[in-house]
Amino acid sequence: MTDDLKTLRDALRSTAAPDAALKARNMAAATECFAQEFAASPQETGAPVRPIPDRSIWARLRTGGISMMTHLTSRAGLAMTTGLVTAGLALVLVLPRDDLFGPGHPADQPRQEASTPVVTLAEGTEPDLRMEDIAAAPEAPQAVPELQGQPTVRAVAEDAPLTEPAPVIARSAKMAAPQGQSEGMTSMVTNAGDVPITAFAPPAENTERFSNADENPVKIVADSPVSTFSIDVDTAAYAVVRSSLMSGHLPPEDAVRVEEMVNYFPYAYPAPDTAGPPFRPTVSVSQTPWNTGTKILHIALQGQVPEVTARPPLNLVFLIDTSGSMQDPDKLPLLKQSFRLMLGQLRPEDQVAIVTYAGSAGQVLAPTTATERATILAALDRLQAGGSTAGQAGLEQAYAVAAGMTEDGEVSRVLLATDGDFNVGIHDPDGLQSFVERKRDSGTYLSVLGFGRGNLNDALMQMLAQNGNGHAAYIDTIAEAQKVLMDQLTGALFPIAQDVKIQVEFNPAEIAEYRLIGYETRALRREDFNNDAVDAGEIGAGHQVTALYEVTPVGSDAVLNDPLRYQAEAPTGTSNGELGLLRLRYKAPSETDSALIEVPIPVDAPPAKDETKFATAIAGFGQMLRGSPYLGNWSYAEAIDLANGARGEDAFGYRAEAIRLMRIAESLSD
Amino acid sequence: MTTSDEDLATAAAHGDQSAFGALLERHYDRLFAFAFRLTGHRPEAEDLTQDICLALPGKLRGFRGESRFTTWLYRVAVNAAHDRRRRAATHAKAADAWGDWEISRRAADTETRDALDWLTEAMNGLKPDLRDTAVLILAEEMTQADAANVLEISEGTVAWRMSEVKKYLRARAAEDLQ
Repeated sequence: MTDDLKTLRDALRSTAAPDAALKARNMAAATECFAQEFAASPQETGAPVRPIPDRSIWARLRTGGISMMTHLTSRAGLAMTTGLVTAGLALVLVLPRDDLFGPGHPADQPRQEASTPVVTLAEGTEPDLRMEDIAAAPEAPQAVPELQGQPTVRAVAEDAPLTEPAPVIARSAKMAAPQGQSEGMTSMVTNAGDVPITAFAPPAENTERFSNADENPVKIVADSPVSTFSIDVDTAAYAVVRSSLMSGHLPPEDAVRVEEMVNYFPYAYPAPDTAGPPFRPTVSVSQTPWNTGTKILHIALQGQVPEVTARPPLNLVFLIDTSGSMQDPDKLPLLKQSFRLMLGQLRPEDQVAIVTYAGSAGQVLAPTTATERATILAALDRLQAGGSTAGQAGLEQAYAVAAGMTEDGEVSRVLLATDGDFNVGIHDPDGLQSFVERKRDSGTYLSVLGFGRGNLNDALMQMLAQNGNGHAAYIDTIAEAQKVLMDQLTGALFPIAQDVKIQVEFNPAEIAEYRLIGYETRALRREDFNNDAVDAGEIGAGHQVTALYEVTPVGSDAVLNDPLRYQAEAPTGTSNGELGLLRLRYKAPSETDSALIEVPIPVDAPPAKDETKFATAIAGFGQMLRGSPYLGNWSYAEAIDLANGARGEDAFGYRAEAIRLMRIAESLSD
Repeated sequence: MTTSDEDLATAAAHGDQSAFGALLERHYDRLFAFAFRLTGHRPEAEDLTQDICLALPGKLRGFRGESRFTTWLYRVAVNAAHDRRRRAATHAKAADAWGDWEISRRAADTETRDALDWLTEAMNGLKPDLRDTAVLILAEEMTQADAANVLEISEGTVAWRMSEVKKYLRARAAEDLQ
C-alpha cells in the first residue's frame, strides 16, 4: 500500500463513535418499524388467521415459505392470477404505481428493490397480490406446462406452513384444478406474459444529473425595472421530458427548463431583412391564459436563413463517447444511425473526422471529405462501447483535429456525443471550462448531443455547450436525430450571431410586476449586458428564440406585492403608450464588439396570435411539470385546448406530438 | 455459541423481533462508522444511519441468505447513501461531481465555503463512487471481491477505481508540496 493510500486509510479509520442517545432512539425506531412491518407474523404474535387488506399476500407467503416462491416463475405467477380470472373473478392490472416511476425519479427507497405492480382483485375484501417475487424470479418457461398438471400450484398450498395465506392459495389451486381449463389458461398466460412483463424489470441504477435553478420570482418594477438574460436555443430539456413521459412517468422537476421546451418548436416569425441585422425581434402583448389580471409579453427573434448553397465549407469532428455505458441500443447504435443520416446532408467540400474517448482518446477517422461515404460509414460501424471515459483528453484531441482542418472562411465544430460519462481524469473543473472557453475564442464551436437515459449528465452538457458557444440537444429517437441533425443542420452548425443578450426595461407607469418564464439558468447581471466580455448564447442560421414574460399592469388586482409604507414614493415614469423597452446585444461571428438593437414594446394587447398562444401553452405545460406556483388552477386540459387551437401549419408534426405529451402528463399527474 | 448473522437475519426476515434487535445491536456501531466515512459529516451520517435503520425491516424481507449479511448490509447502506446524495443534489446542496459543481458554481458568489480539513477536502475531491470504493477497501478492509459484491460492479472496476483514488491522492500530495 502506498503512503498516499495509507494516509487516507488512517484518516478514515479515526472516525467518531456513534452517539449513544441517538443509537438508542434509532434502534427503538427500527424495532417499531420492524413490529409494524411484521405485524401479522404468526411467530411473534400467534395472531388468529384473518384477512388483512393492506398486507400483500406475497409478503405473507414469504414469511412462511420463501423457498417455494423462488420456484414460482413470472409466467407461472401470472398463470396463477389468470387462473383466478378464468374462474370468473374480475382482475384489474393497475399500472404503473408510484414506485414504478423509476428512471429520473428520485425514489425514496434504495434502488435495487423490485418494482411492484399490483394486481387487484375486484372483490373488495381481497388483499393485493404483490408481484415483486414474480418479477424477481428467474425466467423458466417450462413452468407453464408444469402448471397444467397443477403440481406447482398444489405444492404452494401444501408446502406453506402458514395458515394465514392458505385460504387464498387453496382457492386458486382449486380453480386451477379442472383439467379442462388449463388450455385456455395457458393461452392467456402467453398473452398476459408478453405485454406487461417489461414493466416488472427493476429500475436500473440512475445517476442522472440535471441542471436547473429555482424558478424566477415575481419582480417589482419599482425595485428592479431591468431584466437581463442570455438567449438559449437548446432543446435538450424537451426531449428529456418527452422520453420520461413516453416511458410512463413524469419527468424530474429539475429536468424541466421551460425556455428549452418553448424553443423546441419552429414558429412562423417574421423574417429579417437581408440587409439589416442577422435576426429580427418581434414583440407582442396579450392576455395571460392562466391569470386574468396579467399579460404575456412575447419576445420573438427570428434568425436569417442564409442560402444553403452559400454556406462555407464545414469541418466536423465527431467526438464520440465509447465508454461501456454507451452500449445500450438507444445510445451508440442510435448515435451511429443519427450520424449516418447527417452524412447525407453534407456537401463534397465538407470534412469529417472521428475521435473517440474511452479509457484513452484516439482518432478513429482522419479528416475525410464527405464524399467518401463508405470510409466514414465503415469507421462509424467499427465503433464499439467498452472501457471507462477520458473526456478531457478526448476533447483536447478533438479540438486539435478541428484546428488542423480549419482553413480561412471555414466553420469548424466539435460534435460531442455522450451519455454523460465525462468525468474520469478531471480534478480541475475550472481548467476544463477555461479550456472550452479558449477554444471558443479560437473559432471552433462545440455542440453536445446527449444520448440515453439513466446516466445522462444534463448539467455537464449544459455547461460545456454554454461555454463552448454551442447548443445542447438530447437525442432519444431517430426522429429527434432527424430534427436536430438534418432539418436544422444549418442552424445548429452555422452561427449567425453570438453572445446574444436580451434586456427588458419595464415602464413603471404601466407595469407593476413582471416574471420571466424560464431562462433561470441564463440570468445575467444588469451590468453584464453592455460588457462584451461576458459570454452569452448564440443564434444559428434560421434559429428562433422565444422568451415570455408574465407582466402585471399597474392597478391590476393580480399585483402580488403591496406598496411599502415607509419608503419614498417609487418612480412612476411616464405613461407614453410603451410598456417597456427591449434591448438586444449581439456580436457577428468572429467579431469582438457587440451591436445594439432597441425596440419599444407597445402597451396594446391585441388578441394573441397562434404562435404566441402555442408558445404560452408550452410554457404553461413546462411550468406545470415544474410544479410552478404561479399557474393557479390552470389545468392540463386548458393547456391542451390552448395548444390545440394554435397548432398552425405544423409541417413536421412537432406540435401534435407536444399535445400528445400533455395528454400523457395529464393522465400521469392525476 | 453465537448465532451467525445470517441465521439471525433469516429469523428476522421471518418476523423474529428479538433476532432483529440482536442483529441491529451487533451491527449498529459499524453501520454508523461506515455512514460517517461515506459522508464525512456527522449530522449527515446520523441522518443516513437513521434512514437505514428505518428502512431495514422492509429491506430485510428481501434478504435471502444468498450473500453474507454484512455484504448485504453494506449494499443497503451504500444504496441509501446514494439516494441521499441524489436528493441532496436535486436541492443543489451537494457539490459532488461535475454537474453538481456547475450548479454550486452559480451559488458560489453568495456562499463562503467553510474551511475544510485534509480528510474532508480529500474526500470531497473524489467522485462519490470512488469515495464509496475507497471507504470499503481502506476503512472497512474489504477485499476487492467483497467490495465489488457490495457495489454490484465487477472486480476490475473496483481495482480501476482504487488506482484512480491513488492517482488522485498523488496529485493532491504534489499540489500540497507546491
